[in-house]
Amino acid sequence: MSNRVAVIGVGQTKYASKRPDVSIAGLLREAAQRALDDAGLTYADIDAVVIGKAPDMFEGVMMPELYLADALGANGKPIMRVHTAGSVGGSTAIVASHLVEAGIHERVLTVAFEKQSESDAMWALTVRPPFQPSTVGGAGGYFAPYIRAYMRRSGAPADTGMRTVVKDRLNALKNPYAHLHQPDITLEQVAASPMLWDPIRYAETCPSSDGACAMVLASESAAAKAPGKPAWVHGTAMRSEPTMFAGRDQVNPQAGQDCARDVYKAAGITNPRKEIDCAEIYVPFSWFEAMWMENLGIAPLGEGWKMVQEGATGMDGDFPVNMSGGVLSSNPIGASGMIRYAEAAMQVRGTAGEHQLDGVRKAMGHAYGGGSQFFSMWIVGSEKP
Amino acid sequence: MTDAYGVVSRPVRLDYTFTAGKALSRFLTIIEGGKIIGQRCPKCAKVYVPARGSCPTCGVATAEAVEVKDRGIVTTFCIVNIPFPGMAVKPPFAAASVLLDGADIAIFHLLQEVPVENVRMGLRVEAVWKPASEMEMSMESIAYFKPTGEPDAPYDSYKDLL
Amino acid sequence: MRDVAVVGFAQTAYARSELELNETEMLMPVIHQALERGGIPQKEIGFTVSGSCDYLAGQPFAFVMALDAVGAWPPIRESHVEMDGAWALYEAWVRLQCGDIDSALVYAFGKSSLGDIRDVLTLQLDPYYTQPLWPDSVSMAALQARATLDAGKATEREMAEIAARSRRDARANAAAQVTGDFNADALLAERYISSPLRKHDCPPISDGAAAIVLAAGDLAQRVSKRPAWITGIDHRVEAHGLGMRDLTASASTRIAGERAGVGEGKVDVAELHAPFTHQEIILREALGLDDDVRVNPSGGALAANAVMVAGLTRIGEAAQRIIDGDANRVVAHATSGPCLQQNLVCVMEGRS
Repeated sequence: MSNRVAVIGVGQTKYASKRPDVSIAGLLREAAQRALDDAGLTYADIDAVVIGKAPDMFEGVMMPELYLADALGANGKPIMRVHTAGSVGGSTAIVASHLVEAGIHERVLTVAFEKQSESDAMWALTVRPPFQPSTVGGAGGYFAPYIRAYMRRSGAPADTGMRTVVKDRLNALKNPYAHLHQPDITLEQVAASPMLWDPIRYAETCPSSDGACAMVLASESAAAKAPGKPAWVHGTAMRSEPTMFAGRDQVNPQAGQDCARDVYKAAGITNPRKEIDCAEIYVPFSWFEAMWMENLGIAPLGEGWKMVQEGATGMDGDFPVNMSGGVLSSNPIGASGMIRYAEAAMQVRGTAGEHQLDGVRKAMGHAYGGGSQFFSMWIVGSEKP
Repeated sequence: MTDAYGVVSRPVRLDYTFTAGKALSRFLTIIEGGKIIGQRCPKCAKVYVPARGSCPTCGVATAEAVEVKDRGIVTTFCIVNIPFPGMAVKPPFAAASVLLDGADIAIFHLLQEVPVENVRMGLRVEAVWKPASEMEMSMESIAYFKPTGEPDAPYDSYKDLL
Repeated sequence: MRDVAVVGFAQTAYARSELELNETEMLMPVIHQALERGGIPQKEIGFTVSGSCDYLAGQPFAFVMALDAVGAWPPIRESHVEMDGAWALYEAWVRLQCGDIDSALVYAFGKSSLGDIRDVLTLQLDPYYTQPLWPDSVSMAALQARATLDAGKATEREMAEIAARSRRDARANAAAQVTGDFNADALLAERYISSPLRKHDCPPISDGAAAIVLAAGDLAQRVSKRPAWITGIDHRVEAHGLGMRDLTASASTRIAGERAGVGEGKVDVAELHAPFTHQEIILREALGLDDDVRVNPSGGALAANAVMVAGLTRIGEAAQRIIDGDANRVVAHATSGPCLQQNLVCVMEGRS
């Protein structure tokens, strides 16, 4: 029943804090058109469209697939809209891939986006019913305590997070689409940046970006006709757990562990650190690189920080992470997960340009959302699964 | 890029009437009187505070009310150094996960009457309630938490209940 | 395609305003009931997916806390669409086609009462050209009704008769919100609220939730005496702007209906998601339904219209006719967007 799925087109916009030069639809079309061009297709060749984004309140448009149907050439076709909090960019690609895997469609266009400048994203996040307790500390105040707990649990050196930031921002210099280009960034500079939510410094947080990312997913026969080299989907997985419950481990969430286990199994991987050549991991705050290395079973428990300290996650390390610069360099929230997936596909296709690694055969894309309770992952390969 | 384009601001206003729900309504009614109640899950026996009417892991309704203490342990925290909209106090201040005695899940609240550099995991704290005239149906009936002066709780006693 | 069936369905009794329960409390009993009727415990469900909307709830990430109603521990395979639950069911059906799992729980919830639903739905419109004019959902439907009347495809009497029939049929539906014995003449004597629509032409404002359990192949046969097998399901969208499409027809419903195979056999019952009376006429034509097809025996969206839920409910109501042995072949339809912009059609059959 299960059919092979390939990524035959990838398109991204330049990520920036504001894109007043395009409408919401224009932003999506910029990414979609690039993905179609890459796939050698036009909108007319597409069977179905799947879009994803974080809360509608970020743009002030309810269920935007309705308004976007025309711009995405979806009239007369199916269009769906996925929303799974921060993991949505990844989940959207997975929902689209299932349409091909199930044998329903040959070519599916999937687009994830956020145009936070269109509305007041900070406002949108702080809307809450009057009887719910205030967030007390703002957005970072939600994550910072768990980073502190990780530091306590692992005994990681205090500069671990800063090392991830410097690595990611230097990688971003090789990615023309990245939002932040900080050529002079150094550990000293990050250390000197204001401590916002102790233990998180300003320089250790992700920017807020406008942007869209698109992919064309295709069946085996459609991929055979594509002009470029496809990336083959070897496995996908999505896992969720409740947001608040007694004994919940937010440092090393079970849903993340299970999601990784599922995706490795689907892709036939038994030793992820060895068999996966590189990964694009959702790291919105610096310390999450070390934390997710453990959560995903790449590093032994309590030793994720060692990978960062030893440079294992660097471009020349044994498990490069976020060659594109990652979420720490560009964060159009709803698109951030799909960018991880698309960048993984670019690496196995050999189309990542200046941040391309040599000889990538398998790459992993990862996204998570909310309070670390929603996870989605995929593994793509240069060869058919 | 911004300079080349005009921006028109078009505010949208929508009014909503929210429903707290059965369990939370009860919690809010009681906290106005200076008491904190949670609910025990009939399956796993964990005590949830504030009561939300369901056990998220067992997926069953919770009904049995359990009063918990207004004191507990700081299981983890962060120091907030930047101002943001709707902030209750001036930074820097500590925002902490507080595991109330008798509860199986921590609540998030403000910490005061302690220099931020002295805030630590395991610190024993107690609620400072607002004056009776200012009590309301809100977690904000607790003005903040402050140290009790008791010895710190051992790490093992709360490490799984962040 | 792999054989997939609806094996369990449950819904709340819809209410104008559910003031006592929050969304999680409202949803939980419905999920329990659907799982019980489907004969599959939550821990054995392969995939869970929901449909809901932040703008109905008036807060971002409204679906997040609703997951508490499921008992998602150990962690579950789960997804969410910001669409009517009918599209969540479509995602579940696609997921089951991949072959590695055999069952799915689909749920939807929505309280249309929290905000002014006519205004809230305005935010669905093109944010640059249409939304600033602030046309509300009833006025937009009235434009469509006027076009349909002017095209000679409907009369106000036919519309009143649809309202009277729906609410008469709804008397047998314990979940329905607006029921009763109405007479078309009396209804036609009432004033317009947005000409040519009168109150009876419009749906009630409803709070509620619904859940469906899907099972594939052998599992469906094991847990259900008479599963409602999905023989075809498809959904299509059309142009957003009202001036860009023929409002008196529903091209997207027609395509979805053809692809779902509506015309490939006799239809006993059709549950059509037609919040406004004239839309039933448009949908019947688009689906090519004969006059002898029983439409909306549940009372349809004119009897209860919990936004984000009402489409999934149509699938549940139609499936229930098969599960109960009252019908052999049914059609369910769900809609989204202004004036039937997006439509889903699901055909189900009984085989025993």
